[in-house]
Amino acid sequence: MKWILVVTMVAATALSDLLQSYEMKNAGKQSVRPRGLMRLLMMIFQRRFLLLSIACMAISFFSFMALVRVEALSFAVPASAASFVLETLLAKVVLREHIGARRAAGALIVLCGVVLVGG
Amino acid sequence: MTGPKPGTALRVAAVLFLFIACKAAGNLSLAWGMKHFPQSIPAANPVSYIRAIFNPFVALGILALVLAVLIRMVLLSHADLSYVLPVTAIGYVVAAFLGKTFLHEAVSGQRWFGTALIFVGAAIAGTTLHSKTGGQTE
Repeated sequence: MKWILVVTMVAATALSDLLQSYEMKNAGKQSVRPRGLMRLLMMIFQRRFLLLSIACMAISFFSFMALVRVEALSFAVPASAASFVLETLLAKVVLREHIGARRAAGALIVLCGVVLVGG
Repeated sequence: MTGPKPGTALRVAAVLFLFIACKAAGNLSLAWGMKHFPQSIPAANPVSYIRAIFNPFVALGILALVLAVLIRMVLLSHADLSYVLPVTAIGYVVAAFLGKTFLHEAVSGQRWFGTALIFVGAAIAGTTLHSKTGGQTE
């Protein structure tokens, strides 16, 4: 059961971030001013991928909640960090982002840190 | 090497700072509200969670976290996902400090070492160009 929850959580997080990144790149540069945030809120209901990303975010959240019920937080947090690796790889393959050695090294060090924080 | 305009980099840094501040404030307020909730909340009872939402600290925390989601979307409109992922992990470091300072949580040596690694990793990733989509090189 716990591995089903881990896979669901990681897959939902990765899908949510990919969809969000894809749509936000298409939408153009947005602003954090109140009017900009209101426009963004409206945009969520107009762009189906953004709406889907919010649904995936909810699935990820509830999977995490269910996971911490059956497993220790010290397992759940490092397990959730698995999405980090998957997302970086998918960002390169699906979103065609250019990930240099420095960024990849930084991401790997952060991943080690997250695992230690959760352990 | 093609770098972004200084103004753009500054704007990305400001949005990043705003996101981390909002997320940290939201998590702290939520944790404070849940810890100081007058009734004991049985984990299996969803009604108790709904009741907890009406606690001002919990409500404020949720509001700040929703705002953080929107700000992260703004950040994704300016920067690559592979850049946003490591640099926003700095929030783990802020959470450890806030938990220790305001909630008097015990933070073990291993956890401090982990937060130090996150800080170093985020700093390294933060020195790369925030958006390289489109053929720019490091």
